[in-house]
Order: sequence, then structure tokens, then C-alpha cells
Amino acid sequence: MKKTMMGNYAASWGAQLARVQVIAAYPITPQTLIVEKLSDIVADGELDAKFIKVESEHSAMAACIGASATGARAYTATSAQGLALMHEMLHWAALARLPIVMTNVNRAMAPGWSIWADQNDSLSQRDTGWMQIYASSAQEILDSTLIGYKVSEKVLLPTLISFDAFFLSHTMEVVDMPEIELIDKYLPPYKPEYKMDVNDPRSFGALTDEQYYYEFRYKMQKAMDEAVDVIKEDGKEYEKITGRAYSLIHPYRCEDADMILVTSGTIAETTNVAVDELRAEGKKVGNLRIRVIRPYPKKEILEVVKGVKKLAVIDRNISPGYSGIFSQELKSALYNEVDIPVRSYIAGLGGRDVKIEDIKDMANDTLKNDAPNDLIWKGVKI
Amino acid sequence: MRLTIPEHEIMTPGHLACQGCGGSLGMRYALKVFGKNTMLSIPACCWAVIDGPFPYTSVNVPLFHTAFETAAIMASGIKAGLMVQGKDTTNVIAWAGDGGTFDIGLQAISGAAERNDDITYIVYDNEAYMNTGIQRSSATPHGAWTTTTPVKHYKKGPKKNMVEIMAAHRIPYTATASVGYPEDFCKKLEKAKNTKGFKFLHLLAPCPTGWKYDPRYTIKLAKLAVQTNYFPLYEIIDGIHYKQTMKVKERKPIKEYLKYQGRFKHLHEDEVQFFQDFIDENYGILRTKLE
Amino acid sequence: MVIKFQNNDKPVRITGAKDMPPMPAALGSMRQNKTGSWRNVRPVIDYDKCIKCFICWKFCPEPAIKIVDELPVIDYDYCKGCLMCAEECPKDAIGFEKEGK
Repeated sequence: MKKTMMGNYAASWGAQLARVQVIAAYPITPQTLIVEKLSDIVADGELDAKFIKVESEHSAMAACIGASATGARAYTATSAQGLALMHEMLHWAALARLPIVMTNVNRAMAPGWSIWADQNDSLSQRDTGWMQIYASSAQEILDSTLIGYKVSEKVLLPTLISFDAFFLSHTMEVVDMPEIELIDKYLPPYKPEYKMDVNDPRSFGALTDEQYYYEFRYKMQKAMDEAVDVIKEDGKEYEKITGRAYSLIHPYRCEDADMILVTSGTIAETTNVAVDELRAEGKKVGNLRIRVIRPYPKKEILEVVKGVKKLAVIDRNISPGYSGIFSQELKSALYNEVDIPVRSYIAGLGGRDVKIEDIKDMANDTLKNDAPNDLIWKGVKI
Repeated sequence: MRLTIPEHEIMTPGHLACQGCGGSLGMRYALKVFGKNTMLSIPACCWAVIDGPFPYTSVNVPLFHTAFETAAIMASGIKAGLMVQGKDTTNVIAWAGDGGTFDIGLQAISGAAERNDDITYIVYDNEAYMNTGIQRSSATPHGAWTTTTPVKHYKKGPKKNMVEIMAAHRIPYTATASVGYPEDFCKKLEKAKNTKGFKFLHLLAPCPTGWKYDPRYTIKLAKLAVQTNYFPLYEIIDGIHYKQTMKVKERKPIKEYLKYQGRFKHLHEDEVQFFQDFIDENYGILRTKLE
Repeated sequence: MVIKFQNNDKPVRITGAKDMPPMPAALGSMRQNKTGSWRNVRPVIDYDKCIKCFICWKFCPEPAIKIVDELPVIDYDYCKGCLMCAEECPKDAIGFEKEGK
């Protein structure tokens, strides 16, 4: 069934179709519509879930952890400052190996107060042990929620699905809602091997000294490694029932490209249009959208880029004191493997629009210049 | 054979509590009353260590170790998870120290209390951050030495009145208890177990390590705290109906309580008198509320 | 495959990651930790004086006092020697001896 909806509602409907059992959330712009819609869905009896209206995001994540530890499917949504407040509990969820799925509307960190698109909030949580997905359409938000639970419950790692504030959260798009019967088959109830159970009383998360802590980290990494293939498999299975394919990376017109733009989020969608126009001008460029940054799809990226002459990365984020984060990740993947110059652009911080022309500028700049560059501020007013 | 508290043991020996630990005794009682159909949420506190390191445990009920400020909300999350799976009858206890309750955990407790989440919150109060090495908390009493309130700058100002804060939330059940009076504590645990909604128990748990006394005096001090009116035993129904559960006919002077404890050794006569006046004033306020 | 919880007084054998669950979930009981070795002094019950009030049993924080045939019996595998039992005994029926002479 096709419906027109805002990206935020696609997250709500995704949670409903996933039959989440416990929702704990705290309001923050621009996430509010997600939890308002879910409140209605639960109040109307369309979803058999407990919705805990917590007093902070820190508590939202803690409640999800507690519920998930008993074997319930838990969900929350947040943005920016809220995600930052959760930071401690993000580590907790991941090290407790709980398959929580969270939606994060990418919003700039304050000060100054900004409610607009920027990826620094979620990328600051890169090393917490969550799988991280960057969606570029409302449809993908819904689909990623369903695939997210399936993958998370297999590898026992939580999933964070991020997408750009307003450009996606409040923009109406056509979304195909899969039939619940199909989703029930795709995503059966969560049945963990280890959970809080009065018939099998164990403690979880006790004092763990140096004899064992290291091995738990090792096991977490093994789960991340495994997740690369699981994301592909579960994406393919999802394609069988819905016709929509998802993997860790989404290349667009990259097969014969001389130069590839590496993008994420809504900028990737705009880049597809820019690529079409550049192609029409006879320029052999492609767009490689990074959909999943953890686990990092190094092998898959190398497969796509190995033959190109140049790469340009567009980052709507920055690690102050170095450069864009997707750029750093890409360069570390290339090192020791292939020698391709990378030009790294910062663009659209704090929700500044990145237009087709801007992307074409960056592409032409890269086509013109052979020298790599770690940090180019696209459109900054000096 | 006549026993005044349940015979059945759930907690096992072998745990890591110091000799004479009031907090471990409190857990033993709580599990006796709550039974096997119980889950625990424990934040950073002595009990994060007492239960034992991975791969071991000593409580024999499911226990989730959680972050310092999350005991209450973790319990709420566990309860919600159980409820959606039809396991409504399982009791969930948040078991936290005074630091995790009076200080860093206060926000989440207030949230859970305001929502009236169906959990029992028990603070075993040893009046300082004992697990990290006796640093002052807002539960540390006036006059006490701790490692962050050295003798020259001993703790000034009263202990935070956590019970009144909880009563102000109009939760169905709030009570104080002392490990020195297990029968009274067990009765209150039983009430908490059989009451729906948010229950708060404030348990005084003397700590030989932090209070600087011979471990053999744990019960003696837990009783003296009550007999001096320093820690009166009472309960509050729905945040408004106050009932004293142990009447003290003639209160003992606070000196009796302080003299066993190294943490008060530095107090001069006038400071002891100040302490005494403060206790009498506090008890006077409580008396006006008792029914 | 779930690693079963071992509810006895034996240590759990872990040689590496393969013997561990994905998260730090307990695999055994703290009963394997015989805290009797912590003891400096050993409480001893004089059963001639004992009136079977079980106050010692009631106040043991381990618990290391069991009820056997309607009598309190100290489990020296776990008794840490805090002497709360001796202090609280109304009949002074619990004395103590120094350990490790």
C-alpha cells in the first residue's frame, strides 16, 4: 500500500510494522513527530506495546536496555543533544549486546542552537558499538527499521538509523508500506538465548576484570565482522518480499566512472541528479552512497572504487582539528590497498542547503585538480 | 523453632561484602521476602561488586548491572519488558546505594515515581560513596568525616530528606527501615511487594569500613540510629498518611550512637549538642505528621 | 549454543572467548568463593548456653549460619568472622578464637 508521508512518520510506521514491544522516548525537535505518531498508534491499540514517556533521553535508552534484556523488542528515537545525552547508555546497550533499534534525526550540535541537518551528532557515537545506517529516503527509513531489527537480533548489536533533519524528517515522500503478513514472516518474534529469566537466574554485566574484558571486545568485533554479510543477506531477503534492495553501499553509475563522489544521507540523493547532469555533459562520474558506516564496508567500497582515477568525498560533518569523518574513513580504507587521490569537501553543516550546482562544482573542482586535498570548505563565507 | 523472618535463603554466601556489611544483610532480607520471582536492577554501588565478578553471581535471581544514574529507569524498562511478555507477576527491584539515589540517580527516580511505574526502589543507605572509598554524598549526615570531607572541613548541613522528596510524588508506599529491625523491614517489604505502583524503601545500612567501627556493632548501630530518633521507622501511604512503625518510648542521646563511630570522633561537645538539637527538631516535625 | 549456569561451589572453566557468552552473563555461583579464608577470628557456639532463638542466624550477613536439626550451625567455609552473631547473642553463647595460630 502506497502512502504519502514525512520521513519521520516512515520511522513510526517502521516501528509499528516491526511490532516493537517497548518504546521509551523523550521529545526533541525534529524527532517529535515520530513519537507523537507512535503515541497515537499505541493509544489506538494498533500496536501492542508499552510506551514509557521518560524524563530524559538517557532514561529512554536505559529503559530500552532493561526491556531488551528481558527479551522484548525495544525502540526509541532521538536527535542531536538527546543522542549525546544517551552516550553512556549507547556503550551499555552495545556491550550488553542488545538488539535495540533507534532512529536519530541528524541535527547539528549546539551552541548555537540549531535544529537543522548535520551528521556530527551520530558520527560522534561512531565508536559505541552500534551499527550505523544513513538513510536517504523516507522509504529507506521504514525499510531500514525492519531490516535493522532482523540484523540486530542475529548479530546481537544495536542499530542506529540516522537521516537528515527537515530535508527528510519533514519532507513528504511516497512510501510503500509492506503487508504486515509479509513482515511477520520476515521478522519473527525476538527469542534471545541469554535474557533475564527467573527460571535461569544470572547476573548481566558484572565486574569484568582484565582476564575477560578483552575477549568481550573481541567477540563484539567478530559480531561486527559477521554483520557485514548478515546485512547483505537480510537485505536480499527483504528485496524478495518488497522488491527493494539494500546493502551497505549503494553505487550509482559507478561502473565506468573515472571519478566517484562519495556521499551519504540526503546529499547522496541530490548527488544522483548531479551525476546525471554531469554525465549528460560527457563527464564520467559516479556516486557512491555509503549507507552503513559501522560495520565499515571496506571490501565492498574497494571493489567499487579500485579502478577510478579520483575520489571526492562530501561530508556534512567535521571532526574539528582534522577533517570530514566519511573522508577519514575512506582514506583509511584505501591506504595499503590502492593509490587514488581523494579530495575531501565539507558542505551543508547546520542545515545549509547543498544544491545540485554545489555538487557539480565540487565534482568539476575534483575533475580539474589532480592533487589530493584533506579539507575544502565548500561555500564557506570568509 | 520460632523464626521471626522467612527461613528460606535466596542469596548465597561467598559474596564480596566487607565483614559486617549492613548492605549485604539488607539484600538477604529483601530476597527472602520477594522470593525467586524477582529481578534486580543494580547501578554502580557496593553491590555492583558484592554480587561477584564475571562469571559469577550470588543473588540467585536475574540481576542487571547498570549505570550509576539509571537504577530506577532500568527497573522500569525491565518491568515494561516483562509486562509485554505477559510476565506481570514478576517483581522488579531497583537496589541502589545512597549516592545512586540521593545524588546522581535522583532524576530517573523522580521520573519513575511520577509515572508510578510498578517497581520497588530500595536504597541501602550507608551515608557516603563507600564503593569508591568513602566520599561524601548528600546522604552523609552533618558532622561526619569522609575522604572528601576531612576533619578540618567535616560535612556541614543535614542529610537530604529523600523520604519527603518521595512522599511529595504521592507514590502509594514510602517507608524507612533499618537492618537492625529485620521484622519491621520484612513487613514493609511484604507491603511493597503487594502494592501496585512505585514503592520506595529507605534502608539504613551501617558500614563498618566507612563509619569506622568494629564490624561486630552493625546491628547495635542500626538499632541505636532508631532508638536515638536519628532514623525513625515509619511509613507513608499515598504520600500523606504517616504512620510510625516503631515507637521509641524514651529516646537515647545521640552521643550513644556517635561514640562507636570513628567518623564522628572529632566532634566536640557543642557540635554533638548541635547534632542532638537537629535530631530533636527533625523528629518534632515528623511527629506533627504522624497519624 | 547457550552456556548453562552452573549452580554449585565449583569454579567455572574459561579458557577463552569460545567459553564465554556474547555479554558478561553469569555462568556460575559465588559459592565457589570460600570467604572463610578472610576470617581473623572464629566464632564458636556453646550449645549448652544456646536457647535456639536464632538471632545469630537472623543477623548473619553472608549468610553463613545454617539451621541444622533446629540448631544454628556456623558454616566456616563462608563465615568472615565479623562477630555480629557473638555481639547480638542474648545469652553470650557465642565466643571466639583467633585464627591461623
